Amino acid sequence: MNEQRRTGSADSTAGSRHVGFFVTCLVDLFRPSVGFAAIALLEKAGCRVAVPNAQVCCGQPAYNAGDRRDAQAIARNVIAAFETFPYVVAPSGSCTGMIREHYPKLFAEDPDMRGRAEDLAGRTWELMSFLVDVLGVTDTDAPAFPRKVTYHDSCSGYRELGIKAQPRLLLAGVPEMELAEISQPEVCCGFGGTFCVKYPDISNKMVTDKAEDIAGTGAGTVLGGDLGCLLNIAGKLKRMGATVEARHVAEVLAGMADRPGIGDSEG
Amino acid sequence: MQPTSHAFVENARDALANPKLHRALLNMKAGFQGKRAKAVAGLPEFEQLRERAKAVKDHTLAHLDTYLERFEAKATASGAQVHWARTGEEACDIIHGICQRRGAQTVTKGKSMVAEEIGLNAYLEARGLNPVETDLGEYIIQLRHELPSHIIAPAIHLNKEEVADAFYDAHKDLPPDRPLSEPRELLEEARGVLRRIFLASEVGITGANFMIAETGTTVIVTNEGNGDLTQVLPKVHVAVASIDKVIPTLEDATLILRLLARSATGQEQSTYTTFSTGPRRHDDPDGPEEFHIVIVDNGRSALLGTEAQETLRCIRCGACINHCPIYAAVGGHSYGWVVPGPIGAALDPGLIGLAEAHHLPNASSFCGRCESVCPMKIPLPSIMRHWRNAGFEAGLGAPSFRYGIRGWAWAARRPWLYRVGARLGRWSLRLLARGKGRLTAAPLANGWTKWRDLPAPQAGGTFHDQWRARQRGAGGPGGAGAGA
Repeated sequence: MNEQRRTGSADSTAGSRHVGFFVTCLVDLFRPSVGFAAIALLEKAGCRVAVPNAQVCCGQPAYNAGDRRDAQAIARNVIAAFETFPYVVAPSGSCTGMIREHYPKLFAEDPDMRGRAEDLAGRTWELMSFLVDVLGVTDTDAPAFPRKVTYHDSCSGYRELGIKAQPRLLLAGVPEMELAEISQPEVCCGFGGTFCVKYPDISNKMVTDKAEDIAGTGAGTVLGGDLGCLLNIAGKLKRMGATVEARHVAEVLAGMADRPGIGDSEG
Repeated sequence: MQPTSHAFVENARDALANPKLHRALLNMKAGFQGKRAKAVAGLPEFEQLRERAKAVKDHTLAHLDTYLERFEAKATASGAQVHWARTGEEACDIIHGICQRRGAQTVTKGKSMVAEEIGLNAYLEARGLNPVETDLGEYIIQLRHELPSHIIAPAIHLNKEEVADAFYDAHKDLPPDRPLSEPRELLEEARGVLRRIFLASEVGITGANFMIAETGTTVIVTNEGNGDLTQVLPKVHVAVASIDKVIPTLEDATLILRLLARSATGQEQSTYTTFSTGPRRHDDPDGPEEFHIVIVDNGRSALLGTEAQETLRCIRCGACINHCPIYAAVGGHSYGWVVPGPIGAALDPGLIGLAEAHHLPNASSFCGRCESVCPMKIPLPSIMRHWRNAGFEAGLGAPSFRYGIRGWAWAARRPWLYRVGARLGRWSLRLLARGKGRLTAAPLANGWTKWRDLPAPQAGGTFHDQWRARQRGAGGPGGAGAGA
C-alpha cells in the first residue's frame, strides 16, 4: 500500500469506517468481480467491510412496476440487514438512489418505518461518491490502463445523486488512460430496469443510439458505475459486432480489469 | 378524435419503423435542447425563478376556486362574458352557440391544446361550420386530419415534402407546377390562403396561456402573429382555457413568461405576447365587439388533492418532451392523445382514464431528465409512478409481467431461497452461453435478446457464494483478500 495515498480528512477510526456492503442483485449474479473490486477500493481507503447475509435486492423492480406492497416488504429486509452500519455502500447509482431517495417515500404513511428508512438513506452512498465525497480519496493508485476509454453516466447516479465529477476525478489518476467523452452523456441508455423488457423496441432504439455514440468516440472501453446500464450497453455493442469492451469503473480503479469485459468470452 | 393510447405499443412499433419520422425528431432534439441550454445559462436567476413560479402555481391551485371567481368578476367587469364548462362537450356546445348566434360560417383558430383536447374542430364541422387553424403547424395537421404530435410544434413529425403534398391536395386552385420545395415557399403559400380566411372570419377562437385574476386578462404567446389576427380581426373573440391557467397577478404572469419561452424554444421572449382585457372600447383602434372566455374543467378538478395535482402547474412549454428519450424514439402520435411525452404520461391518465392510458406512465425508463428541465418543477417521474401504483392495484398491464414481478418479489424476501434461485439461474445461463461469454437467445428473455446479446454470468459462482467461501478460508470478516 502506498503511504502517499490521499484518503482525505474524514476521521479514520476503524469503527466509523465500518461499511456494510450492498452487493446489488446484478453484481451478485452477473459480475461478482465488481463487488470484489469495490471492496478492495474500500479496504484500501481504510474501511472495514462486511457483507450482511440477509440482503438480496433493493426492491426496485417491484417499486417501479407499481407493486408497492412487495417493494415495502423487500425494503424492510434491507433496512433491517443494514441497521447497524455507520455507512452502507453500493457499487450502483440506481440501487443507492432507490435507498436514499425512494425508501423514505415508500413508507410515507408509516412513521416508524419512515424514520428507519430515512436513517438508512442518510447512511447510504454510491461507491464513487463515498470514496470522493465522504472519504476524500483523490487517487486510488490504480495500475496503468493503457487504453482510450469513455464514460457512461447512469441517470440515477447523475440526476438523483449528482455523480459525474467523482469517477472522472479518480480516473484522472489512472496512468496511461485517455478519457474521451461521448456526445450525449446525459441521455438514458434505455435500460430502465424492467423497462427494457416491457418496451424492448423502444429500449432498443435508445441503446442503439447510445452504442453508436460510444463507438463514435473511438474508445476501446466504456466504463460506468451501474451494471444494469453496462449489461444493456455491452449486449448491444456485442450484437452490433463492435469491439468496445464494457466494464464497471471499480474494476479499473482497483486494478482488477484483467478479467474479460462484460459479455466477452472467457476462453 | 378518439384516443389510441391503449395501442401505444403498436403505435410505437410503427413509429420506430419510420425513418422519416426519426430524421424529423433528430432535428427537433438538436434545435430545442441546445437553444434551451443556452437561454438558461444566460439567466443566472433561472433556478430562483423556477422556485418562485412553482410557489405561485401551488398557491393558486390551493385556492383555485377563489382565483377563478376573482378572474370571472374582473373579466366580467371589463366587459368580457365568462362561460363555465364542466366537460369538453359543454365547452364545444357553448362555443358553437356563440358562433350560431352570430351566424358565423368561417371561424379562425389560434393554436390551443385544450381546443384539441375537447375536439372543437370536429364538433363545429359536424354542425356545418368551417373552423380553420391559423398556426402553421396546426393548419398542416388539420389538413391531414391528425392530432398534434408536439404541444409547441404540432407538425414536428412531418418533413417539408409531406407538407407540400398536404397543400397540393387541399389548395384546389394551386397550380401543380407551383414550387413548394423550400420552407419559405410553403410558408408563403399558407400565408396567402390564410390571409383570405382571416378577412372572412366572423369568430376568432384562441387558447390562453394565462388568465390573470387581478385584471380579468387573458394572455397568449405566439411566434407567428396568427393569434393576434385571430383575436383582433373578427367581430367576436372566444378564448378557451382550462381551469389551471388562472394565476393571481400580472406580476406572476411576467415571472412565468420569463421561464416559458426560454424553456420552450430558448427565446428570451416569444415574438408576440398579447394581453386581452375586455372587448373593444370606443376609443380603441381595433379589437372584437364581443369577448367570450370559456373556462373548461374536463376532469382537472378531480386531480386536485391527488398526487397528480402537480401536473396542473404545467405551462405547456414542451421542455420535458424536447428532452425525453422515449418521445425522441417514438414521436408524439404514439402516445395516442393530445398531450404526449412525459407531461402526457403524467396528465393523460387523469383526463382520459388509466384503463385507456396505462401504457403511458409505464413506458418510461425513469431517467428523470424531464423533471430536471421542467420550469415548473413538476415531479413527472413521481406522478408516473403514482399511476403505475394505481394500475398495479387495478390489475392493469400484462398478466405475465404482473405475476413475474410478484413471484420474483416473493423469492427476494427470502434470501436463502433467492440464493438457490440465483445459483440455478447463473448455472443455466452459463450452460446456454457455452463459453462464449454471452447469449444470443434465452428463455424468458426474448425482449432482451431480440435486440441485444445477454452477457453471461462470470465464472466462479455468485458473489455471495464466493464471499462466504473466502470468509471461511480467511477465518473471519475483513480478511477476504479481495484484491488478490
